[in-house]
Order: sequence, then C-alpha cells, then structure tokens
Amino acid sequence: MKKITFKLNGELRSVYVEPEEILLDVLREKLGVKSPKCGCDRGDCGACAVLLNGRSVRSCLVLAIETDGQEIITVEGISKDGLSKVQNTMLDKNAFQCGFCAPGMIISTTELIEKNPHPNLEEIKEALSGNLCRCTGYLPILESVQEATEEGHHE
Amino acid sequence: MAIINDFEYHKPKDIYETLLLLSELNGKAKILAGGTDLIVNLKEEIVKTENVIDIKGITELNKIELSEDNIFIGAGVTFTDIIESQKLKEKLPILWKASMTVASVGIRNRATLVGNICSAVPSLDSAPALLIYDSEILVQSKTGKRTISIHDWFTGPKKTILTPDELVLGIKIPIFQHAGVYEKLGRYKGEDLAQAGIGIFVDTNRNYRFAYCAVGPIPKRMEKLEEFLRGKEISDKLLEEAAELIPSEISPISDIRSSKEYRIHMMKIMFKRGLQKSVAILKGGRS
Ligand code: FES
Ligand code: FES
Repeated sequence: MKKITFKLNGELRSVYVEPEEILLDVLREKLGVKSPKCGCDRGDCGACAVLLNGRSVRSCLVLAIETDGQEIITVEGISKDGLSKVQNTMLDKNAFQCGFCAPGMIISTTELIEKNPHPNLEEIKEALSGNLCRCTGYLPILESVQEATEEGHHE
Repeated sequence: MAIINDFEYHKPKDIYETLLLLSELNGKAKILAGGTDLIVNLKEEIVKTENVIDIKGITELNKIELSEDNIFIGAGVTFTDIIESQKLKEKLPILWKASMTVASVGIRNRATLVGNICSAVPSLDSAPALLIYDSEILVQSKTGKRTISIHDWFTGPKKTILTPDELVLGIKIPIFQHAGVYEKLGRYKGEDLAQAGIGIFVDTNRNYRFAYCAVGPIPKRMEKLEEFLRGKEISDKLLEEAAELIPSEISPISDIRSSKEYRIHMMKIMFKRGLQKSVAILKGGRS
C-alpha cells in the first residue's frame, strides 16, 4: 500500500492504495465520491469521466496511484456552490431519464465550455461523442447544452 | 473492476532512470503513458506484467519541437496536445486530421501518439499519416540510441521492432509542402477503432502518397497506386481506374466489425472522395 495525496474537489485528500487499484473504484469505494459511474469499465461509455488537471479522463482507465499530487474534479465539485448553468438547464429541460450518463455528460460539457464558451452544435456533438446514453436519444441533452451556452443567454 | 495481476509501480523522473529500470527489469516491465490501451489490457488479462513504468513524470518527453525541416513529437504528447497545436494543423494536416478521429475527447486527453504506434493494433489511425510523412522513431536503451524508419516499425498485428530494454523518445516527422486528408470508416463518432482508414497526400508537383490502416495485418503505404498516379492530373476517369488498383494493395479480413467485401468497397470510395478533397484543398490554397 502506498499513500497518495491529491486535491479532490478543492480539498486535499489522502488515501492508501495498491498500484493496481483503479481511480474510479478508489473514488467510489474509498472516498465516497459516487458521481462517476461504472458503465463499461473499458473506456467506451464515458460514465466514469472526471476532470484530471482540468481535462476530462476516463477514471476507469487511470490507476489511482498515477494521480498522486494531481487535481481531480467530479460533479460533486462542480455543484459545490450550487448547480452550474448547464446543470440547471438540463433540469429545466428534463434532459435525462435514468440519469446514469448524466455525470459524464456534465464533466464533458464543463470541459467544453471552459475551452469554448459558445460552441456550435457540431462542437457540442464532438465533445459529447464519447458519452453514451441508453435512454434519451441524446436530443434533450444536446438542446440543454446548446441553450445554456447560447450567446447572450441569461440565467 | 480492479486489475487482478499484481505489479509494482515505478515513476522515474528522467530518461536515464527509465533506461536503467528497463535494463534491470529485463523485459518484465510495461511502459505506461496514457494508459488507454495498457489499463484495458491489464484488466482483461490480455497483458500481464510484474512492473509498470509510468513515464508521465518525465517532462522532456512532453514536448513538441519545431525546426526548419522537421517536427519532433515526444513520447508523452497526447492527441489533444496535437489537436491544440496550430502549427501541427498547418504543417502536418494528415496527422492532425487523423488525431481528431481518435476515439473521443476523454481518450484523446490521455492517449499518446507514441503509445498508439507502440500498441500497433492494425486499425491505428495515426499510422497512415506517419507512413506518408516517412517518419522516424527515436529510441534509446542503456547501450545507446537508434533511429527506426516507420516503414520498418510494424512487424505484425500488435508487434513492433522495439526491444524490451528500449524506450521510445519520440517521432521525428519531416515537413513537406502538401495538402491531405485522413478518411476513416467507423461505426459511430466516438468509436475508437477504424474499420478502414486511408491517408492521402498531394503536392503541387503531382506527387501522390497513400497509406492505409485496418485493411491489412499492418498499416502500409500503397505504392502501386502512388506509381500509377505520379505526375498525372486527376480526372474522374483516372480516379475510377486508380480505384481498381485498391483490391491488390490491401488485404482486409472479415470480422465482427465488417466484411472483407465491404471494407474493399468502402476503401475505393474513401480513396476517391479523399483524393478529390485533397486536390481541392491544394488548389484552394488551404491546408
Ligand atoms: S466506465 Fe469508464 S468509460 Fe465506461
Ligand atoms: S439518461 Fe439513462 S443513460 Fe442517459
């Protein structure tokens, strides 16, 4: 076991891990951060996405030990001081059904908006293309992101 | 799901330390860069190893260096780094476009170009561009450095000429004036594996270069096609004639993803479409 320390949603957290432990499992089982979900466990679905040093990564494909000294943000961190604009729009528009894909969608969207505050539909689709949703057919999700990022949009 | 196989984790600070480790561990180690292939393979027990060497702490490997006539891309450079480089978009359009088609943002943020060629799956999107550009791979072991042509790199599906004590430092890519595209056949956007892929290069002297991935055991240049078109002005008739050479250049298989016949058919279409696009880009002066 090795002790690693990283910044998780703004707080320094330490945890003991074995080298073969996966970040997703450590977040969920050892640190109680439940927003990242395990969908496919092999990098295909995006349900486990978290922001690692500002970039979205699949936490099912990261060893926990790799993140020693780094910064991780999950949906818990994004909504720490209230829901973000895009989350509110998703709620208003009823963007999800079962909601399993929602945390990953929110992570990808947050990363996109950080780089590109007013993306067009193509850019939104590209950014979300690695997040699979089995319920909605994607339309309400894309519409929410579009609405929340429109130029001149007010809350 | 955890990884069943226990291993030791090493995070060397520099190249020298890595080379010492590689030689000490004598083949019982795997290099970890982005991990998008290695972690899946460890989880699914396709790969077993006693040691994992994480090279992400080595800052010298994270650079993209531009000189007059070539570009060096270090082993730690991710596809997102490539996509975000305006210079690479301009100078290496085929590689840049291929990078855009690699899986999805969350994978591209971690996956490295060098990792892609080290995994050497037949469908690797970056290979056609690297073959077209006659790239060179710089590798080092405790005993010295060597340069390997990309044309000698792939030795079979998931096999390369790299020896277990060697570390890839990066890829050196010569700069040519050209226009080009990468055409990919996939099931949906965000899917990582190409069912067929072709890179296309044209220049103002009517030199043409083509290379494929996913339709043969290893990615390759398409020399008959290049020879046939050399110096010629592209016309509809010529395109049709050239497309007929494609089946003799490739050796696709049928698998769960698509049939051999479909792959051949689509390669002809992607070739025609991509070449027309490339010529248009060349004439339009855009890259
Ligand atoms: S659970 Fe990680 S990508 Fe599906
Ligand atoms: S809402 Fe159920 S998977 Fe997206």
